[in-house]
Amino acid sequence: MKLTLLWSDILIWSLFVVVVVWGAWLARVEQVRGIWHRIFRSAVAMASATILLFYLLVALLDSVHFRLAVASSDAQATRHYHAQMQTPLDRLLLHTIEQSERTYSAPFATQEYTRSIVVDPTGKTTQRYLPLVHVGSGEDIVSRSLIALLWGLGIAGGMIGLHLLWGRGREATPLPWWSAYLTFGVLVVLMVWLYSLSHSYHVFGTDKVGGDIFYQSLKSIRTGVLIGVLTTLIMLPLALILGVSAGLFGGWVDDAIQYLYTTLSSIPSVLLIAGGVLVMGVMMDNNPQWFETTQERSDLRLLFLVGILGLTSWTGLCRLIRAETLKLSQLDFVTAAKAFGVGRWGIMRRHIIPNLMHIILISVVLDFSGLVLTEALLSYVGVGVDPTMYSWGNMINQARLEMAQEPMVWWSLLCAFVFMFLLVLSANLFSDRVQKVLDPRNKV
Amino acid sequence: MIGYIIRRILYAIPILIGVNLITFILFFMINSPDDMARAQLGAKQVTPELIASWKAERGYDRPLFFNETVEGIAQVGDTLFVQESLKLFLFEFGLSDSHRDIGADIQRRMAPSLAIALPTFLIALLTNISLALLLVLFRGSVFDTTMMVVAVMIMSISGLFYIIIGQLLLSKLWHWVPISGYQSGWEGVKFVLLPILIGVVAGIGSGVRWYRSIFLEQIHQDYIRTARAKGLSELRVLFWHLLPNGMLPILTGVVVVIPSLFMGSLVMESFFGIPGLGSYTIDAINAQDFAIVKAMVFLGSVLYIVGLILTDISYTLFDPRVSLS
Amino acid sequence: MGIVIRLLLPLLVLLPLFVEATPWNSPYPKGETADNTLFSAFSSPPKHLDPLLSYSSNEWAILSQIYEPPLQYHYLKRPYTLEPLTLTEMPRITYLDAHGKQVDANSSAVAFSEYHLELRSDIYYQNHPAFVKDTTGQLRYGHLSVEALEGIESVEDFAQMATRRLVAEDYAYAIKRMAVRQNHSPILDSMQAYIVGLERFSEAITQIAHAKRALGEVLDLRGYAIEGVKVEDERHLSVRIKGRYPQFLYWLSMNFFAPIPWEADCFYQQAGLIAKNLTLDSWPVGTGAYYLVTHNPSQTLRLRANPNFHSAYYPTLTPQEAEQMGIPTTMLTDGGKRLPFIQEVVYTLEKERIPLWSKFLQGYYDASAVSAESFNQAVSISASGRMGLSASMRQQGITLKSAIEPSIFYLAFNMADPVVGGYTPQARKLRQAISIAQDQEEYISIFMNERGIPAQGPLPAGIFGHLAGKEGTNPIVYRWEGGRRVRRTLEEAKRLLAEAGYPEGISAKSGKPLTLYYDTTSTGADGRALMDWRRKQFAKLGIVLVIRTSDYNRFQEKVRQGTTQLFSWGWNADYPDPENFLFLLYGGNATIDTNGTGINSSNYKNPQFDRLFEQMKRMPNSPKRLAIIRQMLDIVRADAPWVWGVHPKSLTLTHRWYHNLLPHAMANNTLKYRRIDASLRVTKQTEWNPPVLLPLLLLLLVVLLGLRWLYRSYEKREQSTLQGDH
Repeated sequence: MKLTLLWSDILIWSLFVVVVVWGAWLARVEQVRGIWHRIFRSAVAMASATILLFYLLVALLDSVHFRLAVASSDAQATRHYHAQMQTPLDRLLLHTIEQSERTYSAPFATQEYTRSIVVDPTGKTTQRYLPLVHVGSGEDIVSRSLIALLWGLGIAGGMIGLHLLWGRGREATPLPWWSAYLTFGVLVVLMVWLYSLSHSYHVFGTDKVGGDIFYQSLKSIRTGVLIGVLTTLIMLPLALILGVSAGLFGGWVDDAIQYLYTTLSSIPSVLLIAGGVLVMGVMMDNNPQWFETTQERSDLRLLFLVGILGLTSWTGLCRLIRAETLKLSQLDFVTAAKAFGVGRWGIMRRHIIPNLMHIILISVVLDFSGLVLTEALLSYVGVGVDPTMYSWGNMINQARLEMAQEPMVWWSLLCAFVFMFLLVLSANLFSDRVQKVLDPRNKV
Repeated sequence: MIGYIIRRILYAIPILIGVNLITFILFFMINSPDDMARAQLGAKQVTPELIASWKAERGYDRPLFFNETVEGIAQVGDTLFVQESLKLFLFEFGLSDSHRDIGADIQRRMAPSLAIALPTFLIALLTNISLALLLVLFRGSVFDTTMMVVAVMIMSISGLFYIIIGQLLLSKLWHWVPISGYQSGWEGVKFVLLPILIGVVAGIGSGVRWYRSIFLEQIHQDYIRTARAKGLSELRVLFWHLLPNGMLPILTGVVVVIPSLFMGSLVMESFFGIPGLGSYTIDAINAQDFAIVKAMVFLGSVLYIVGLILTDISYTLFDPRVSLS
Repeated sequence: MGIVIRLLLPLLVLLPLFVEATPWNSPYPKGETADNTLFSAFSSPPKHLDPLLSYSSNEWAILSQIYEPPLQYHYLKRPYTLEPLTLTEMPRITYLDAHGKQVDANSSAVAFSEYHLELRSDIYYQNHPAFVKDTTGQLRYGHLSVEALEGIESVEDFAQMATRRLVAEDYAYAIKRMAVRQNHSPILDSMQAYIVGLERFSEAITQIAHAKRALGEVLDLRGYAIEGVKVEDERHLSVRIKGRYPQFLYWLSMNFFAPIPWEADCFYQQAGLIAKNLTLDSWPVGTGAYYLVTHNPSQTLRLRANPNFHSAYYPTLTPQEAEQMGIPTTMLTDGGKRLPFIQEVVYTLEKERIPLWSKFLQGYYDASAVSAESFNQAVSISASGRMGLSASMRQQGITLKSAIEPSIFYLAFNMADPVVGGYTPQARKLRQAISIAQDQEEYISIFMNERGIPAQGPLPAGIFGHLAGKEGTNPIVYRWEGGRRVRRTLEEAKRLLAEAGYPEGISAKSGKPLTLYYDTTSTGADGRALMDWRRKQFAKLGIVLVIRTSDYNRFQEKVRQGTTQLFSWGWNADYPDPENFLFLLYGGNATIDTNGTGINSSNYKNPQFDRLFEQMKRMPNSPKRLAIIRQMLDIVRADAPWVWGVHPKSLTLTHRWYHNLLPHAMANNTLKYRRIDASLRVTKQTEWNPPVLLPLLLLLLVVLLGLRWLYRSYEKREQSTLQGDH
């Protein structure tokens, strides 16, 4: 086995580590802890945070790529590796990859969804439903479900119990843990059930070429989360640096930055993104040495897309930050600091940026859900992520044609819908709560 | 006032130049004139001579930014960038790669775009404001919280779902409206009903939330308390006092999108086969018609900038606190 | 509740009024479907309606109704046969030697062949402003000022119209127009190889056109002449061809050779008209059965029957002939009747397949192709393997027509590539192994829903040289077993792969897994599934397939430069002759050797094949020619430069009110033969489209109840606050 991290893997993991370390460091500050406590005092926030964590976990699990060695009888020979990269998630779901069917089948079905022409040895032609290759008989669904249910309850109960045990003896927090436990329990039971049945059924059906939709929906999580998270990574420093400098320095710096973001934001964003994505296609075609495999290629395209989305979406936040900075720099304590001879950098670090945190946090959570939705739209226009990549946008795009089939192929659209909806909904609900707590206007 | 407007318009010119520069770089990197020629002349049999003559005919054989073959100002002037940009500023969009006059096409396609965008905008504004008022009226009740959760749910669904499901139910199963198509005049109403409905429904979540928060900000103001103290019914308070005051931030907030309504909706138009500017843009992106995309980018930016100017003006008109400095 | 009922009652009373009227979902103006009008669709706006430029089937579907080249295909006869359209008889061919002396057709001294065309005298153009002339014979609308153009948006807006008789000069004019480089004719280069003097003329006239255009002058081509194209008088024309080229007759049935009246060419060169999108490229002027009345490429195109159309009759066949050719007898009932039947044709832009299909089922389109999505709904297969209609379709009175298209879609190897290309036994075996592993039967089943036939070589059915049964089977990929073709097993493919030096897909030399690169443009809705499938086919052999997607321009450029390894490509026949397919593999056409202009994009070069091709190219169909073609097929199958993919099958569905639709892969001007029964159509449309009102009523009920509930609780609140205040 050889670890072959993609660029996006490195970025998402380093971002994760940075956020964790920074969070731990911030948690020492009493004021910040108080804010987070206030945020999590809502049951809805607890539940949505649990779901968000679940998505993040899947995305992280799916962001460690490695290659397996080619099995070779000759132990002396140099080891070669499969070109196909895999992730822990792939290993977990290996059976769903290997048990691919020929074409469409409905969730839990035992035969194909459409009839095929079969010529039997006597030369007679019939049109009938072919049986699926990798499924059980269909009779054991209930019994297996019950077992899975017990397992799920056991695992969920055990983990919740462990957490309760760990929490005992520490100061009682007024957080509504029951909501998180409930969400967690439901999630675990559901996933255990789906996972255990996925060994002998296609729990969410299969697509046109027999690929398992359960697998695809889970793989799409990485794409959605990555677009949401990494775009912020690009947009945030840009908006912060430019916004604060514009507000603080004024003069020609302010003019130049204002000019830049007015110009960028006045171009219809879809056109700008489409143009950018097409450009990057040309660049990638001209530089085939950048990548060796389809995955590296689609990863690069994802990064480019993230970059372009970041470039087009920083303007809104930048405008907010500039306005806020202007307001802050008029305030007494800043003018006082100036009078005491504190340098501009000092002012920026000590007085401006900490007071911008609420704006940044609100817009980060809010943008996240918007970006996940944008991905689907761009795939429809034809400038989204690489078509070989699993993403909800690609799933929906393909489902457009499937909806016209008679009888209708509804499961892949439904799966994309549910997975996307859950993520966006929890992000929206969470951002609502963040906004409620942090927005100074909402102080009650 | 007039001087202020003129100043704002002058300020828009460098922005437009910047816009031009960005799109020009983008589209000439993607698509060298050679590519355009090949795409236009068809796949079957293309020769270098054909490509050269095609480029020469459109003036695409000029250098991009700097012309070394000529003297003086023409070194900058006789370049593809300057020539193309100059024409844009005069709103001369020229011929598309399929030999059609873009200006004429844009004029013709504005009406269908507006036929969808304008009613969607107005009906959405009306529904969202009434719903927001309703929620404010029942604030804090079960109705309010349920509707707020519903609003977040509506926001969390991708617009593509609304279109797919709407077409399936209303057109295919229930035969209420044609599946797609367009017709001008009154008989064309049946074509735009569904796109408008979908547009309104898809935007209801964010709209209602925003307007509700605006109204709620107002409700703690003194004038509302005074009105209540006078013993007015809650409905009266809402309609006579809250609504007019709340309309101010709403109107100044939405003014910026009004000019952009002309651009139409990309996805909606191509799903419903409406011959507006949105589908024109998507087709141009797919066909890589540089001239059309450039024209649309320019138009979109101009309309957005007009929206900004209108916003500024409406602020100064309605909000006494902002001065014309 | 009372208030709800009171509000709903009037609506319920009004309901029957709505239901009785025309269906709500009709996409056409009221009453239009009751006219003798055909409703059809186009999936993308026609880029060109100039016969000189247009080279795509969706444009020809419209253009061929308007323009009339000298020849056409017989509508009913099979195999496809040419017949005169505007000529009194088929062109007379004479053969000349190098000195221009007439010689015998079989003589080895033949250096030129001359085609003599005699025009019918009763053919007139459609009415058009370009033909209006003043008393001095000048064009009345030849010098339009800006004021004169006010209010003119379409050709129909001119006050006066006129017509003119078709003359031989119009055909010569079309060829001369083709020679002008600035017009970008796609076939000029290939025609220069055949028509005598065209190359020289083209160079000269291009210079003249350049000069004229710079001065803003109108270029009238009547004053110039091509050496090989002679206008003898008003009704006689001759075209001289280098050597023998029997396929030239097929070219004469294509729109490139449709007549162009000089009046129209000059008329449309006016700058004022160009600015209004009024050009020959968007407003054709022809002698055909129909003429264009509305040209709105973003919405509709409308054709109307040409009042000046010459006499033409529905072809007749005896029942015996029909049976022999496999023509259903329902096609014969209108024999001898005057054409055309349909008065108007409305084409609506329909970019997506789904609405197109739904509208067809609702009766708003008269015919539809069967797409992959609708296949299971529309078609069922009988025990004998024949495709028939499903029960629901039969109930709707729909009929099915199927035909194999003269096309091929294939997976090409770039023969210039160091890995997959080359002519060594190893390279050949690698390609053969890959060919066997590509399960075309599964592809056809999944992606085309059986609407295709696995190709055995480059030639589709209906083309001379195509053979059925065991003789036509590709022995490299198939075995003939028990009277059927059976794909060779994966084990055989794996053995070939091992022999090629890649046992289990791993290079014997370097020990690395074999990685191949596949270029594609597909980003459509089906794109991912297609790529997954393709990858699976290679994975069966242990080969890793890297897929590179790019936009269409970029893809073409890569193919042109020969930097690809594997790519999918297709070809649609111009004319039903094997030469039109085999030249795709002729070494002289290799793309990398011809600066990207060649048509042989897999760069296949086999001297033996090339020699046979040159021999076969100019031969008429004969047993001798067949023998040569079979030899060529054997060579090319063993070399396997393509994975012979699929010949698509087209399935067309028509409603019961639509008659005389017979699929014809070559002819496009077939609208004039079709007939519809409009009153039946209106009845069925109303029957099929009753609005379902229950959901609407339920929705209203919910809203009204909700409002009532809200009002109640508001009242309650007001009261409680009032009480609270006191």
